[in-house]
Amino acid sequence: MTEVAPAQAPGQSTRSLADRLREIEFDPRMIGMVLALAVIWLSFDWLSGGAFLTPRNLWNLSVQTASVAVMACGMVLVIVTRNIDLSVGSMLGFVGMVVGLVQARLLPELIGFEHPATWLISVAVAVALGGAVGLFQGALIAYLAIPSFIVTLGGLLIWRGCAWWVTQGQTIAPMDSRFKPLGGGIEGAIGTSASWAIGLVICALILIGIAFARRQRRRFGFSLRPLWAECAIAVISCGAVLGAVLIANSFALPAAIARRLVEAKGQAWPEGGLTIGHGLAVPVLLALTVGVAMSFLTKRLRFGRYVFAIGGNPEAAQLSGVNTRKVLMLVFGLMGALVGISACISTARLDAATNSAGTLDELYVIAAAVIGGTSLAGGIGSVTGAMLGALVMQSLQSGMVLIGLDTPLQNIVVGLVLVVAVWLDGIYRRRLG
Amino acid sequence: MIQTEPGRLPVPLIEMRDISIAFGGIKAVDSVSVDLHPGEVVGLLGHNGAGKSTLIKILSGAYRADSGEILISGEPVAIASPRDAKRHGIETIYQTLALADNVDAAANIFLGRELLTPWRTLDDSAMEAETRKVMGRLNPHFRRFKEPVKALSGGQRQSVAIARAIYFNARVLIMDEPTAALGPAETKQVADLILELKKQGIGIFLISHDLHDVFDLADRVSVMKNGRVVGTARTSDVTQDEVLGMIISGKCPAGAVPGPGALRG
Repeated sequence: MTEVAPAQAPGQSTRSLADRLREIEFDPRMIGMVLALAVIWLSFDWLSGGAFLTPRNLWNLSVQTASVAVMACGMVLVIVTRNIDLSVGSMLGFVGMVVGLVQARLLPELIGFEHPATWLISVAVAVALGGAVGLFQGALIAYLAIPSFIVTLGGLLIWRGCAWWVTQGQTIAPMDSRFKPLGGGIEGAIGTSASWAIGLVICALILIGIAFARRQRRRFGFSLRPLWAECAIAVISCGAVLGAVLIANSFALPAAIARRLVEAKGQAWPEGGLTIGHGLAVPVLLALTVGVAMSFLTKRLRFGRYVFAIGGNPEAAQLSGVNTRKVLMLVFGLMGALVGISACISTARLDAATNSAGTLDELYVIAAAVIGGTSLAGGIGSVTGAMLGALVMQSLQSGMVLIGLDTPLQNIVVGLVLVVAVWLDGIYRRRLG
Repeated sequence: MIQTEPGRLPVPLIEMRDISIAFGGIKAVDSVSVDLHPGEVVGLLGHNGAGKSTLIKILSGAYRADSGEILISGEPVAIASPRDAKRHGIETIYQTLALADNVDAAANIFLGRELLTPWRTLDDSAMEAETRKVMGRLNPHFRRFKEPVKALSGGQRQSVAIARAIYFNARVLIMDEPTAALGPAETKQVADLILELKKQGIGIFLISHDLHDVFDLADRVSVMKNGRVVGTARTSDVTQDEVLGMIISGKCPAGAVPGPGALRG
């Protein structure tokens, strides 16, 4: 027990780089993912003759990523506890159908057509139903000790069947006009000034967060990050936020719609026309909010600590007095609630509820989490990584559509990328872990 | 804490009476009675599979006994979970150490008993500061506070497990094979720690299959065989060879009080 940290003579140089990065709390894996994303974006931009890195494409990309990104946040926790959820795609279909039914058939009769509260009730129903389905599956897994693979494989079939049953296979459309912004589109863009305001608020929060963490470490006399690293983090994060706002704002609305907007305000439409930017999309803001909340939950709350401890050593967590079964059930409940949010995003985006919504989403969600560095052996994973993973997956798909690759070939590429990404991650872990 | 009535022995800190537990028809622990006084070290000896670890897992709340009772300072208590045991001041260092490998030392030490800020969030800085204090006492050279315990050496992992047990002011400490994975210098350090804790009035159950580890440290030994107690003896009243005989053949020597598992005839 008197041992000093073991000397690592061989491989000292690689080790010390990773250590030095960790000391200033830079995660080398996250840097690798951002680099991979940059390579994907630049390659597609080059292959498509400059069509990828345009405000229009990036805006659409962000909206398309939202639904899978929201679910990937929950899947991280599921996989961290050494479980899997194969039912999320089918659950999304089922919850989406119920949400469609509630707002297009039920609520118009109860509270009237296009009632201002319709969208809010719909979202609440989606989250509650998704959460209830998740808790039910979680209870089977945690208290009856049925393997999660089997419970959710059953769920994959059952909830898809239920999705059909809700309306005997009929598609429900259209959705409530206040619900539709959740899916993006023109009505789901918040406009340029609101986007700048949100961007600046986020930047302020980032700076406050950094300052607060620094004060906290000083209070206990721990080693501080060098000031240059602190400033670099602040500049990079704020730059990324404001850059994203700038891009979203420079994606112009179609002229006819811009004109209608101006005229609705009682102003004259100028001779030479006018460009009005989209601004950030509602589903993207929703996904980011979910990401921040889930990140907070995993890192700062007791619940998140327990989730990771269970993943690392379930027996140890139990012997330490953690109610492992309850935590496990709640993880699946949380996953279900997030599926409810994604069901709203997908249904609103399509402006229709169909019983095939979310087909194969379970695979994209699991792939996003795994590409984002979540270990299927449990105990390791991060929400930020999973959201970046979702962005990587969607970038690949959008990029391949943009350069006109055939669908079968798209699937082959996505499959290969998934396998290679996990292989590289494994090598990284063994070398530097 | 010691209640003394005139003319009687002080009430034991822990008394386990007639404890039995069966797994699928096999009696792993069969009417076992052991006790422990404040500031006393009791060695639980026996072969692998004799029922020692199962017995202490009942005391630490990991298993529930089928029958029998547990008394703390003379009061019967129900220990249904590890949380209950910890509430009564019973801390355990498991043979497997029971550490979550993927999180750091502070997260392990405070697992299940995290320090929180006024906003109910984890107070990681406070936990790290406390960890530095308690680890400084056990293992002054320890510096790897930020790394998952998977990256630590066997001795360092052991000190994290010990730190977790002693940090919360235990009254009773259960150490299951505490030195099985350690070298001679580290074993010596654990022995010193046991003597120090004993001086503070903590009662210690020391479980081992190795007689020599225990004999010098323990005030008394209880030997188990096939789930039953062969006998209990003060280490001053018996020789190591006699205790070895108890472990191997179940024969109870003259200096020991025979238990239900003693060889008859």
